[in-house]
Amino acid sequence: MTIFNDIGRYLLMIKGMFSKPENHKMYWKEFVHQCTEIGFGSLGIVAIISVFIGAVSTIQTAYQLVSPLIPPSTIAQIVRDTVILEFAPTLVCIVLAGVAGSRIASELGNMRVSEQIDALEIMGVNTKTYLILPKIVAALLMIPMLVVIAMALGIWGGRLAGTAAGILSTSMYDKGLLEFFVPYNVIFALIKSYVFSFIISSIPAFYGYYVKGGALEIGRASTKAVVVSCILILFADYLLSALLL
Amino acid sequence: MIEVHNIKKSFDGRVVIEDVSAIMKAGQCNLIIGSSGSGKTVLQKCIVGLFDPDSGNILYGGQQFTSMSREEKTNIRKEIGMLFQGSALFDSLNVEENIMFPLSMFTTDSHRKKLDRVNEVLDRVNLKDVNRKFPAELSGGMKKRVALARAIVLNPKYLFCDEPNSGLDPQTSLVIDKLIKEITIEFNMTTVVNTHDMNSVMEIGDYILYMYQGRKEWEGSKKDIIFSKNERLNSFIFASEFLQDAKDMRMLEMTGKIPSLRNMDDMMRKDGPSL
Ligand SMILES: Nc1ncnc2c1ncn2[C@@H]1O[C@H](COP(=O)(O)OP(=O)(O)OP(=O)(O)O)[C@@H](O)[C@H]1O
Ligand SMILES: [Mg+2]
Repeated sequence: MTIFNDIGRYLLMIKGMFSKPENHKMYWKEFVHQCTEIGFGSLGIVAIISVFIGAVSTIQTAYQLVSPLIPPSTIAQIVRDTVILEFAPTLVCIVLAGVAGSRIASELGNMRVSEQIDALEIMGVNTKTYLILPKIVAALLMIPMLVVIAMALGIWGGRLAGTAAGILSTSMYDKGLLEFFVPYNVIFALIKSYVFSFIISSIPAFYGYYVKGGALEIGRASTKAVVVSCILILFADYLLSALLL
Repeated sequence: MIEVHNIKKSFDGRVVIEDVSAIMKAGQCNLIIGSSGSGKTVLQKCIVGLFDPDSGNILYGGQQFTSMSREEKTNIRKEIGMLFQGSALFDSLNVEENIMFPLSMFTTDSHRKKLDRVNEVLDRVNLKDVNRKFPAELSGGMKKRVALARAIVLNPKYLFCDEPNSGLDPQTSLVIDKLIKEITIEFNMTTVVNTHDMNSVMEIGDYILYMYQGRKEWEGSKKDIIFSKNERLNSFIFASEFLQDAKDMRMLEMTGKIPSLRNMDDMMRKDGPSL
């Protein structure tokens, strides 16, 4: 029954987050700091992953499409759609759950264990609002941006691999990209990435904020945060696809 | 003034604080003393509301604190400065930013003014040239002093210090004790200090609460403490042989005889460390 207990505490934490900031300037500073941490801190890994994912998709799609009846530009279409629909939002967010999620959980866990959260509370700061809200809002702002960057880089990676492996020319690839393009796919991907961003930031915040014990528990909490976030991302992915596609 | 009435606190069924009451007056240093594990930290955390007591009341300036809403508690907390036993400095901020944090959060002062105030309190806790250092680069005693500086930077009405001079050399200890005493009188603070350092007790103890295994065993002033007949308190105060000798000498002077009770083996059996 601890799961219901956890869900209850999680919801109370979210509710407790919404209170009037004691000082707008300090909250803004914290928000900007979190944006840099989450956004720029993960840009490198996101870029590397998306380029390779795009490249691999091109090569594997070409490998699977052996029929001479299918024009090679179809490869570009398939790469475009899989990158936009699935790889950019879901895979990137799974990776971010590991990178940003574990950072959030261990930062808050450390603050809890070393009584820094208590020190803030004693000063009269609402720690849920000050420590958690800026992280979630920063994630909601930065992660969809990262996903859009991942889309572009993934498609670009596919284009590079297409020519490098002699599968299709860049002009053919570009032609394929424009065929049967459904703008709704991008919107769907963005909806997914907003949901995932919320998961990636709030779940680790929950596990970090409520850590009990010492340094060992911080490690455990951040592992648990990543595992639970990943499962919830995949679950939400399925649910949203079933509902919105 | 802080009033504590019949506080009880247990963790998972294990009672840690039982029926503790105290009146802690403004403008004086109220000390909670007792051996390690006697419940000083838990008691202090109950008083500031970091732990919810199982039963009992706490009043700040006559106002019920325990049953207050979050907003009302926050208003009281803005007047509380607290030094944690483990310092609780913000790792991600340097010394200057740590001490400036309460100023930035709760005042609209200019940066210049805040910086002046930071340097002023750093000076008072006897620290120099540490502004740009991060907590990880400080010694334990330096952390303590930075944390104390942060606790007093807003001139709180209520000051809580959990072992302010553990890990400090005797000289710096004295500086810190004197500082706590000074500001307590200067700003008419209600100061609550946890300690097991008898020097501090004799230096600043206006009101002393002796905790023994989670209960209030004795209370009184530092004058009372020397003449107290409470055996547990006495063996706590005169735990070292040197102090015991000093006590004997004093008794010799006062009564003309050395108390026959003195016997190290006996003491070890009663209160000494059981390994
Ligand atoms: N969060 C907690 N959960 C469970 N038990 C606790 C907790 N905090 C303290 N205790 C228990 O309460 C008792 C009193 O602890 P406390 O920290 O108040 O001692 P103390 O008097 O401050 O000792 P010291 O001088 O070593 O700091 C101890 O037996 C400790 O095990
Ligand atoms: Mg303690």
